Amino acid sequence: MEKKTKVSAKRELTPSERSYQRLRRKRRFLRFLPLYIMLLPGAAYLIINNYLPMAGLLIAFKKINYSLGIFNSPWVGLKNFKYLFSNNDALIALRNTILYNLGFILFGNVLAIVVAIALDSAKNKYFKQVSQVVYLIPFLLSTVIVSYIVFAFLSPSNGFMNNTILPALGVADPIKWYNEAKYWPAILNIVFLWMSFGYSSILYYSAVISIDKSYYEAAVVDGASTWKQILHITLPGLKPTIITLVLLAIGRICYSDFGLFYQIPQHSGLLYSTTQTIDTFVYRALLELNDVGRSSAAGFLQSIFGFVLVFGANMLVNKLDKESALF
Amino acid sequence: MINNSKVFNVFVNLLLAALIAACIIPFWLLFVSSVTSESYLIQHGYSLMPKEFSLDAYKYLWEAKDSIGRAYLMSVVIAGIGVLANIVLTVLFAYPLSHKDLPGRGAISFFLFFTMLFNGGLVPTYLVYTNLINVKDTLAGMIVPYLLMNAFFVIIMRTYFTSSIPGEVLEAARIDGANEVQSLTRIVLPMSKPIIATIALMTLITYWNNWTNGIYFLTTRTDFYGIQNYLNDVMNKAAFLQSHMNGMINAKAVPNISVRMAIAVIAVLPLMIAYPFFQKYFVKGITLGSVKG
Repeated sequence: MEKKTKVSAKRELTPSERSYQRLRRKRRFLRFLPLYIMLLPGAAYLIINNYLPMAGLLIAFKKINYSLGIFNSPWVGLKNFKYLFSNNDALIALRNTILYNLGFILFGNVLAIVVAIALDSAKNKYFKQVSQVVYLIPFLLSTVIVSYIVFAFLSPSNGFMNNTILPALGVADPIKWYNEAKYWPAILNIVFLWMSFGYSSILYYSAVISIDKSYYEAAVVDGASTWKQILHITLPGLKPTIITLVLLAIGRICYSDFGLFYQIPQHSGLLYSTTQTIDTFVYRALLELNDVGRSSAAGFLQSIFGFVLVFGANMLVNKLDKESALF
Repeated sequence: MINNSKVFNVFVNLLLAALIAACIIPFWLLFVSSVTSESYLIQHGYSLMPKEFSLDAYKYLWEAKDSIGRAYLMSVVIAGIGVLANIVLTVLFAYPLSHKDLPGRGAISFFLFFTMLFNGGLVPTYLVYTNLINVKDTLAGMIVPYLLMNAFFVIIMRTYFTSSIPGEVLEAARIDGANEVQSLTRIVLPMSKPIIATIALMTLITYWNNWTNGIYFLTTRTDFYGIQNYLNDVMNKAAFLQSHMNGMINAKAVPNISVRMAIAVIAVLPLMIAYPFFQKYFVKGITLGSVKG
């Protein structure tokens, strides 16, 4: 409606009115022009850093020949994917990625909830504050530093485990940690928990303290024990947070922290069966083996499935708890 | 929580204390090992009890101060340029989006937001940065890929602009004849110091801790290595030496076992000293998601 009246009004404009409107349009343009110019550097960066690589996913269907250039390299259909699954390496990486993520989701959330409840029920205010500050220290470190710390524990000849802890437990033979794959699921889960529990327990803690205190007061009047309060008030109160965090983590189940799986095991080839994830697989195929075909095929699958899962998880979160969803 | 149970209370305090110990003991292990004599370490390994005190490792580092100092300097330069560029890009993108009447705002927001849902991953990104725009073996390789702008922080900043800066103030400025650039620099930015500080801190930590760009994009110019890549390099050489005992690497070039821990201590120290001061902003930064509206 509005547009129509504007158009019909335009026909009846006097010259002076017309020039006034032109001036207004020019003003409007001039008003927004600086804003559009401001957007340019960021838009250029997003195109280079994000949108070109998205389009570049199509190289998974090409055989890259650097002398021809990326654009002129021939299409090869699904050849790269057949090649990717011609042995078990990619499937092992996929299995590891998903199993580690499931372990991280389970143990990470349980520990974070326990810590959040403990922080809430501790009585000394300063002790609480100090705890929170200290718990975040591991989260602050780079995985390179963490790999040094893990090495101080696991170094076969000088490590704290082999020289102090194992003898104290009565285990006589030192263990070659960096040679034996079977220990690494446990090690990486512990390292992950050590690095991340401070962060996730603070997220849960902020949800715990926002539970209405009057519920607890009423429960105490009714004679509820501490355990009963946790079971019937705190955990139900945390339900939305738990569901949200778990769903968002499931959305990222195809992805892994490259640093955790690359640095902490010190890229020991003997450990690949339990430490290789999709991210380290893609990195090694691309930069160590110079195998663009397999790495681009694996990366393509990760990006597409990753997108579907992130999108699906966010749709669900959006339905359950609008505030926490990405969209 | 109303907790009247003594047993529960003891359990809670023990748990919290045990976790504090779990966070601190590894650092203590690093520190003690770095000030223990090499001969003791070879015999008994890294230990929590300071025995046979020796500063040899730190003397060695002092002699190698040129290479370590250089890596530190590179880290500072990379993080400095990176944080500055990141904040400029973030503010410039967030400010126009905070104008509800900007034509095309929805499409631009989607253009930004979509990068959080979908990404091309390592292979195409690597090819873009090595073939289309060559950042290989340049300082830009440490700064530009992945880290220069974060869509999440842009959205956080846009939300801060729209929710924390009263529209009347901006309207008054416009009536007084201020243009957009003036409104941004004289009104919006001074009022947004807390959010800028928080995002700058999170970006600073990201750049300081980043080593992946170093292994992706620096192959020959290892003189651009920051402290993280320097540490990674030392560890790799040491691991290589261990597996090829009489291999090709000159044994002298690889620091011995106490020195390795001393390097780690020196790399962590500045962060640990600064941490109490920025701790509040850090907590704010990691819980930023909850202020998103």
